[in-house]
Amino acid sequence: MHTLSIYEARRWLLEKKISSVELTQCFLDRIHRYSHLNAYITLSEEQALASAKKSDERIAAGSSTGELDGIPLAIKDLFLTKGVRTTAGSKILHNFIPPFESTVSQKLLDAGAVFIGKTNMDEFAMGSANITSHYGNVINPWSQGDKKLVPGGSSGGSAAAVSGHLCVAATGSDTGGSVRQPAAFCGIIGLKPTYGRCSRYGMVAFASSLDQAGPMTKTVRDAAIFLQVISGHDPKDSTSSPESVPDFASFVGKTVEKMKIGVPKEYFLEGMSSEIEDAWKKGMDIMRDAGAKIIEISLPHSKYALPAYYIISPAEASANLARYDGLRYGFRAENIKTLIEMYEKTREEGFGDEVKRRILVGTYVLSAGYYDAYYTKALQVQKLIKRDFTEAFKKVDIIMTPTTPSSAFAIGEEPKDPVSMYLNDVLTVTANIAGLPGISVPICLDKLNRPLGLQFIAPKFREDLLIQHGYILEQNASFPTLREIA
Amino acid sequence: MKYIETSTGKWEVVIGLEVHAQMISNSKLFSAASTKFGAAPNENVSFVDAAFPGVLPVINSFCVDQAIKTGLGLNGTINLVSHFDRKNYFYADLPQGYQISQYKSPIISGGHVEIEDENGEARKVRLERIHVEQDAGKSIHDQSPTKSYIDLNRAGVALMEIVTMPDLRSADEVSAFIKKLRSILRYLKTCDGNMEEGSLRADVNVSLHRPGTEYGTRVEIKNVNSIRFIVSAIGFEVDRQIEVLESGGIVDQETRLFDPATGKTVVMRSKEDAQDYRYFPDPDLPPLILEQSRVDRIRETIPELPDAKTARFQRDLGLPHYDAALIASEMEIADYYEDALTHLPSGDAETAKILANWMLGELFSLLNKDGKNICESNVSPKNLAELIQLIKTDVISGKIAKDVLKIMWDTGKSASVIVEENGLRQITSAADIDDCLRAVLAEHSDKVAEYKNGKEKLFGFFVGQAMKKTQGKANPQLLNDVLKKLLGEK
Repeated sequence: MHTLSIYEARRWLLEKKISSVELTQCFLDRIHRYSHLNAYITLSEEQALASAKKSDERIAAGSSTGELDGIPLAIKDLFLTKGVRTTAGSKILHNFIPPFESTVSQKLLDAGAVFIGKTNMDEFAMGSANITSHYGNVINPWSQGDKKLVPGGSSGGSAAAVSGHLCVAATGSDTGGSVRQPAAFCGIIGLKPTYGRCSRYGMVAFASSLDQAGPMTKTVRDAAIFLQVISGHDPKDSTSSPESVPDFASFVGKTVEKMKIGVPKEYFLEGMSSEIEDAWKKGMDIMRDAGAKIIEISLPHSKYALPAYYIISPAEASANLARYDGLRYGFRAENIKTLIEMYEKTREEGFGDEVKRRILVGTYVLSAGYYDAYYTKALQVQKLIKRDFTEAFKKVDIIMTPTTPSSAFAIGEEPKDPVSMYLNDVLTVTANIAGLPGISVPICLDKLNRPLGLQFIAPKFREDLLIQHGYILEQNASFPTLREIA
Repeated sequence: MKYIETSTGKWEVVIGLEVHAQMISNSKLFSAASTKFGAAPNENVSFVDAAFPGVLPVINSFCVDQAIKTGLGLNGTINLVSHFDRKNYFYADLPQGYQISQYKSPIISGGHVEIEDENGEARKVRLERIHVEQDAGKSIHDQSPTKSYIDLNRAGVALMEIVTMPDLRSADEVSAFIKKLRSILRYLKTCDGNMEEGSLRADVNVSLHRPGTEYGTRVEIKNVNSIRFIVSAIGFEVDRQIEVLESGGIVDQETRLFDPATGKTVVMRSKEDAQDYRYFPDPDLPPLILEQSRVDRIRETIPELPDAKTARFQRDLGLPHYDAALIASEMEIADYYEDALTHLPSGDAETAKILANWMLGELFSLLNKDGKNICESNVSPKNLAELIQLIKTDVISGKIAKDVLKIMWDTGKSASVIVEENGLRQITSAADIDDCLRAVLAEHSDKVAEYKNGKEKLFGFFVGQAMKKTQGKANPQLLNDVLKKLLGEK
C-alpha cells in the first residue's frame, strides 16, 4: 500500500480497496518505524487522520471530486501551514505557528489532500545535502550498511519521505536545484515549474526571484497531477503568471517522435564521473529509441550560472531574512537590554552558519562600491544565460542533462569547503537563473547502488514537454522502486 | 536674489526639500489594511505590514492613480515604466528590515511649483522627482521607563516623496513653497496636508555660499513637521553655518535634527556614519508599467488648481491678487465663494469684492471663533449672498449686517427673515430721518448751540443720538446729509 502513486492510490480509494484513514495510518506507522531518517520536523497525526476520515466520508457519499482527495502528502517545512508549526529548518522559527496557509498548500487542501507532516529541509533552503537543518540531518533511504547518505537538499526531507514511502508525494521548493537535486539523489521525480507558474505566497522566502514550489513524486504522471493542482495565477503574488495552465496529465504517454532534444556540450563537466556520462548516454539512447533526435547544442555562458546564482540569491536572502529580528514572532534571545543587542543575539543564536554566511555574502555584494562589480554583473550574466537558452530553443524542443555531477555522498564525506558544496547545483541552477522549468527523472543506480537522475529543461511555461519527455524516459529506464530501508 | 549681509560680505542661502506626503488612500500601499488615523495601536496591521514569513506585497492600484494625479498636478512627467527597490536598514518599527521605495526609476520625473518671491514675482521651484514608498511604523518610548513599544498602524502606508531642486533661497520661500504644495495636494485630494498628524513632513537641505561661487556643503535637517519649525530650523541653521564659515571653519556634511523645544538643530549622524542602504530591485514586485490611456484618464480628473483659479478670479471677477489667492488657496473656500457668487444677481467687480470682504473678514472670524472650517459653516453660501444683497440694496447698513450675520451664525436663519423678525430694515425715508433728527436737536438745544459756536465734533454726537433712536437702522449717508442740512438751517 505504501508504494502506491497518487494515481494508483486515488483509484484504490475510489474503488474502496483501501480507505484514506488506512493509508494515512500506514504512512504514520512507517514514519515512526523509520524515524531515524529524520525526514519530518513536525507531524500532524491527529489532523491527518481527521482529514482522512472526512475524505473517506466524501468517497463513501460519492461526493469526492478533488484530484488528491484522501491522498497523504508531506509538506516541506517552508510552506506556511495554518496552525501547524513552520520552521523553515531554522531555530529562529522554532516556535512559529502560521496564522494563514500558503497558496500552494491551500490548493492541495482544496483538492482534498491529507497533510501528514512538515518535512525537514536545509535551513531556509540553503544547502544541497540537508545538513544545515537546525533539526538534524536527513538520511537518504537508499543508504546501505554503515554509510549514511545525504538525501540532497534543500528539499531533502521531502525527497527522503517520498522515496522511503513515508508519504505518497510531497511539496518541495527549488531556488537553485532544491527539488531536482534531492530527487536525483533519492531516485524520485522532482519538477521545478517555470518561475511564476505557482504562487510563492506563504512560502518562506529565500531568493524571491528564483524560488519556485514544485512536486516531488514517485511517477511522472503524479508530477503532472500534482502540478495541475498547484499551478495558476495568484493575486497575492505579483510575480505569479496569468499564463493559462494546460492539462498536464494529457501529455503522459504522448509520443516524442521527431522531437529534438538538445544535449549541451558545456554540461560534460571536467572531472565528472564516467558513470554520470554513461547514465546520460543511456538517457539519450532511450529517447532516440523512442523516436526523438538528439542534437548537440551549446549554452556558452553556463559556467557563469553558479557564480551569478551565488551573488543574486544571497543578495535577495540578505534582505528577505532581515525580518527575523526577534520582535514579532519566532525566536528571541534572552537577557537582552537594547534593540541592537536583541538583533545581534537573536540572529547570532537563531541562524546557523550557512545562513549567516549567505547573509554576509549578500550584504557584501549589495554594498556601496561593490554593487556594480557583483550584483550588476550577475544580472548581466543572467541576461546572457537567458539568451543562451533562447538561442538553444530555436534549434531544439527540450534540453536533457544529468541532474547532478555525482550521486549522493555519505554524511561526513561531504565537501568541507562551501564552494565545493555549491557545485552540487551546477547543473540545475541555470534553469533557475533563466526562470525555466525542469524535471529530474531517475535513470539508473550507480555501482554503489545510489540513484542517478537526468534532467529535462524546457522553454518557459512548457512543463507539458517535461511531462511528455519525462514519462518516456521513466517508462524505459526501469528504475527500481526502493523496497527495503536499512 | 536675496542675500544675507554680514560684516564679511554677502551670503546666499540654498535650500532643497524632500517632502514626505502621506497619500490619501483607504488602504496601505502594499496591503489591504486600513490607513485610518487614530485607531488603537496595531489595530490596522495585516500580516504583510507585520512582515510575516512568506507574505508578499501587492501594489495598491488606487495609490498608483494618486501618484499619477499628483505628478500631473505638479507638472511632472509620468514615467510609464518605474521600479520598486528595497532600502535596507534595521529598525524596530520597520518590520521587513527594508522599506519598499523607488530609487533608480521613480514614477514621476521633473515638475514644478510656482511661488511668489519677496517682491511678489512668480518663481518656479523645480522638482527633481516624486516617488512612492512605504511609511514605517512608530516607536513609542514614553510609555514605560524600561520598555519601548511599537505601533505598526502607519507601517506600509503610502508616502509620496517630493524632491525639489536646490531652488529655494530663504525660509520665507520655503514656507511659501510648502503652503502652495500643500494647497495643490489638497486640491488633488492626494494628501490631506495635515502637518499635526504627520501627513506632511520635510527633510530640509541647507547650504551657504558667497554669491557667484559654488554651492557650499549641505546639511540635512531631518523630518521637520510644521512650517513654523521648518522656518525656525532654517533660521538657526543659517546662523550656525554663517558662524562656522566666518570663523574659518568648514560645514560638515551631516544630518541634523531640529528640537522644537530649544529651536536648535543638533547632529544626528555625520557623513562617516551615513548608512549604506544597499538599494536593489525588489524581486517581489515586477516593474510598474502604466498605460498612457490611464494617465490621460486621470488627467481629466484634475480640477482647476489654485494658480489658475487665482488668475481667473483676478481676470474675470476683478479681485485683487491678495483676495483671489487667499480664496483660491483652499478648494472648499473657493467653492464656497463661487457658490455664493451664483446667488448674487450681479457678478460685477464691486459685488465680488464685497462678498470677498465679508467672507474673508466677518465669516472667517466666526469660523475661527468656533474652530470650524468653511465646510462646517453655519451660514450657507446662499444665505451669505442674500446678506450681501441686502447690504447692496440698502435694506440694511453694513453695521447692522454684522449683527445680522452673528444671528445667522447662531440661529441658522436667513438674513431676510432676521431683518423682518427684528425690524432691522434700514430707514431710508428722508422725511422719517428728518423727523428723528429734528427731535434729537430739540432735545439737545444746548449742544446745538455749542456746535454753532464751533464745537463741530458734536456732529458725531447728534448722529449717535439719531442712531440710538432708530436702533441703528437709519441709513448713515442719508442721516449725514439731512443732519448737515438741519444744522446749516439753524
